[in-house]
Amino acid sequence: MLKLEHVSKTFNPGTQDEKLALNDLSLHVERGDFMTIIGANGAGKSTLFNAIAGSFYTDSGSIFLDGKDVTMEPEHRRARSIGRLFQDPMLGTAPGMSIEENLALSSGKGGWLSSISAKERRMFQDKLALLDMGLEDRMRQPVGLLSGGQRQALTLLMATMNPPKLLLLDEHTAALDPATAEKVLELTRNIVERNRLTCLMITHNMQSALELGNRTIMMNHGQVVFDVRDAARKGLTVQNLLDRFREASGKALDNDRMLLTEQ
Amino acid sequence: MDISKFLTLVQSSSEIGLLYALTVLSLFLSYSMLNVCDLSTDGCWTFGGAVGAVVAIAGHPWLSIPAAMLAGMLSGFVTAVLQTRMGVNSLLAGIVVNTALYSVNISVMGKAQLSMNKTSTVFTMMKEALQNTGIPVLYPLYNLFVGLIAVLAVILFLSLFLRTRLGLAIRATGNNPDMVRSSSINPKNTTLVGLCISNAFTALSGCLFAQYQKSLDINAGSGILTVALASLLIGGVFFGIRRRIPLRALGAVIGAVIFRLVYGIALRLQMPSHMLKAVSSAIVVLTISIPYLKKQWPMLQRRLSKGGNGHA
Repeated sequence: MLKLEHVSKTFNPGTQDEKLALNDLSLHVERGDFMTIIGANGAGKSTLFNAIAGSFYTDSGSIFLDGKDVTMEPEHRRARSIGRLFQDPMLGTAPGMSIEENLALSSGKGGWLSSISAKERRMFQDKLALLDMGLEDRMRQPVGLLSGGQRQALTLLMATMNPPKLLLLDEHTAALDPATAEKVLELTRNIVERNRLTCLMITHNMQSALELGNRTIMMNHGQVVFDVRDAARKGLTVQNLLDRFREASGKALDNDRMLLTEQ
Repeated sequence: MDISKFLTLVQSSSEIGLLYALTVLSLFLSYSMLNVCDLSTDGCWTFGGAVGAVVAIAGHPWLSIPAAMLAGMLSGFVTAVLQTRMGVNSLLAGIVVNTALYSVNISVMGKAQLSMNKTSTVFTMMKEALQNTGIPVLYPLYNLFVGLIAVLAVILFLSLFLRTRLGLAIRATGNNPDMVRSSSINPKNTTLVGLCISNAFTALSGCLFAQYQKSLDINAGSGILTVALASLLIGGVFFGIRRRIPLRALGAVIGAVIFRLVYGIALRLQMPSHMLKAVSSAIVVLTISIPYLKKQWPMLQRRLSKGGNGHA
C-alpha cells in the first residue's frame, strides 16, 4: 500500500541548524495495517508524515502509494488518496464556514459549480449523527463556534468522507482533554475499522500505541529502530517498549512526555 | 439645508455610492473572502473605465460592459499569476500591476483625459428607455436604475457563486489554505479564479462611473482602494462576519452608500473635497486598529501601572 525506499531529508542544509530529519528510511505498510508510531521529540515522526503527504519533497529516495510513484506529486494532488489530522484541532477546518460547507468542500462530490443538494445534506446529517455530539442539528453554524474536540471529530469525518487510501493521524488527540481524547480515539477506531482504512498514527501515549492497531514502529534519529506486528506485538508491555528503546538507541528514554504517559 | 436639497443629496450619494459599491463588492470577494489585499484595484478601476469609454465612444455602449469586465479579469489574472506562480509577494504583485496599468491606461485612452459628452452611454440608453415607459416619475431615476441593476446582479452572482463548490473553495482559501490543500484543491487556482472575478467587478465599477461622469481622467482611480475598503468596513458594522453571504454583500453596498452620504454632508458643511482620501484612510485605520487596541488595552494598563519601568 505504502512503500518508502531509502528516503532522506535534511533541513537547513549547510547551516548551523542542519538537521538530518529522515535518514535513509525504508518502510513498507501493508493494506489494512493500522500502525502506531512512537519516538522521542525530534525523532522524525512528523517529518515522516510530511514526506508521505507531500508537504515538502524529499532529498532522495522514492515513495510509492498503492503501487504508484508519488515522490514528486504535489501535496494537493496526493490529498486525494491521503487523509490527515494534526494535533491542532484548528488546522483541519475553515472556522468562518458552516459545518455543512466544510463537509461539502471535503466530500469533493459534484462539479465546481454545483452546490449542496438536499441528498448530500441528509448524508452529512447521518454521518454527523455517528459522532454523537449533536452536530447534526448545527449544520449551518460556523465551525469556529465548536469546541476543539468537536472540531477534531469533524476533521476526522471530513478526512474519511471519501475513504482515503491512507489516513495519517499526527497526535490528533494530544491537545484534547482526556475524556474528549478518549472519545475521538474511539471514533477513530470505529471509522478505521468500518472503512478498513490503512492508517498511521503518531502518539505519545505508549499504552494506546500498543492497544490500537496491529503494528507499532519506533523511530529515532530519522530511522525506524523497532518494528513489531501482530502476534509478536500481542504480549508487549510499555516496559518492553522502553527497554527496546534503550537497546535501540543506547540510552534511556529521556522524554518527559513519554514517561508521564507510560501508565 | 432644506428637504428638497437633502433629497437631491441622498439621490446623488446613492447614485455614486451604488457605482462605488461594485468596487466594494469586489473587495468583499478579494479582501473578506480570499484574504488578499489587492493593491491593483486603483489601476484596474481606471482600466475598466478606459476600455469601457473607448468602446462606448466607438458606438457600442452595451458592449462596453463586457469589454471592461474582460479587461478587469485580465488584470486580475496577471496579479494572481505574479503572486501564485512567480514568487512575487502578494502586496508587491498588486503594486507592480497597478503601476504598469498607468501606462496601459494611457495607451488605451490615447491621452490623459477622455470626454463622453456626446457619447451615448449605458446611462443615456437607460434614460431613453425610461422615457419610453411614459411614467414621468421614473425619468430622473435613470442613473439610480443602472447602479441598482448592476449592484443587484453582482450580489445575486456572489450569493449563488459563493455557495458552489468553487465558491466554497475560494472562501476556504482565505480561511484556512491548508484545509483547501487537504481537500485536494490547489489554493493557487482558487486565488486565481477569485482575483479574476473580483477585478472584473472593479473594472465594471470604473466603466460605469466613467460613463456616469461622462469623462475619465487617468488619475480618476487613485485612492479608490482605500475609499472602498472604508465602505466595506463600515458595511461590516451592519452585517458582520457571522451573517450569511447575501446579507454581508448587502452590508458592503449599504456601507458604500452611507460613506458617500456622509461625505456629501461633510462637503455641504464646508469640508474641502480634497479631504476625502484622508478621511477614508482614517476610517480604514480606525476600524482595523480599534479592535486590536482594545485587546492590547489591559496589557497597556498593567504596564502603565508598573510606573515608568522602561524594562516592563
